[in-house]
Amino acid sequence: MLIITCPWCGERPEIEFAYGGEAHVARPADPSALSDQEWADFLYNRTNPKGRHAERWRHVHGCGRFFNALRDTVSDFFVTTYKAGEPRPDVEGEAK
Amino acid sequence: MSDLLFPLGALAAAVPDIAAARLSAIPPCTRLAFRGREAAIGPAGAAFGVDLPRTACRFTRSGTRLAAWLGPDEWLLLAEEADPAALFADLETALAGLPHALVDVSDRSLGIALEGPRAAYVLNQGCPLDLDTAAFPVGMSTRTVFAKAEIVLLREAPERFRLEVWRSFAPYVWGLLEEARRELA
Repeated sequence: MLIITCPWCGERPEIEFAYGGEAHVARPADPSALSDQEWADFLYNRTNPKGRHAERWRHVHGCGRFFNALRDTVSDFFVTTYKAGEPRPDVEGEAK
Repeated sequence: MSDLLFPLGALAAAVPDIAAARLSAIPPCTRLAFRGREAAIGPAGAAFGVDLPRTACRFTRSGTRLAAWLGPDEWLLLAEEADPAALFADLETALAGLPHALVDVSDRSLGIALEGPRAAYVLNQGCPLDLDTAAFPVGMSTRTVFAKAEIVLLREAPERFRLEVWRSFAPYVWGLLEEARRELA
């Protein structure tokens, strides 16, 4: 079973968590100033990288908190997790 | 008490006695869900009679009252008295003017106690947590899953666990615990 480290509760089994989509997608401050294309980009278009992906998770069967995780989409390896609101950590060259 | 009010009554009355992991139903008690920010936490603990734990996944107890950390701003308050009205009023008085949420959830869940040298083994049939005393010490509490049901799990002693289960899931969890215990008879 995949072990995910909740920033509050520590290491927990995967089944306690729910995936929450890409992290750091900021809602535009003034949506009415955007073109339809820009608004569609905000709503629907995600980076979908092959490799490191910053994404939101929720410890739904635990503390209930949303947090962010840096996960490798190829290997499913969780590089790190950090609390919601914190910037994406700059992690390089860690072992698998 | 009728099965509608206390659905574990009939199950608990017929439970086989297996010393390696004794299963029992905890009598109805008061359960309050408290959520609040920094300013409300201290007064809530003072009014409840137990300081609310600030460490993740820990509970504190004093006499018949117990406060369990469920999230950074969320606690489960357990008291043995059957009627929550007086306690609820005390807390609301102490928290007047402070933003908070206090909800009486006494009838939402039922308590199950599992006790014995193989209690952790039996729990692990449905709960994936590491229940070694090093990883899950006495005084630890957390929301987690047991099979397909969400539970709050508290370790009250090295060989005693308390489960708080939503009432409609209680016969399901009880049945699975019973099945897991059967090999120890």
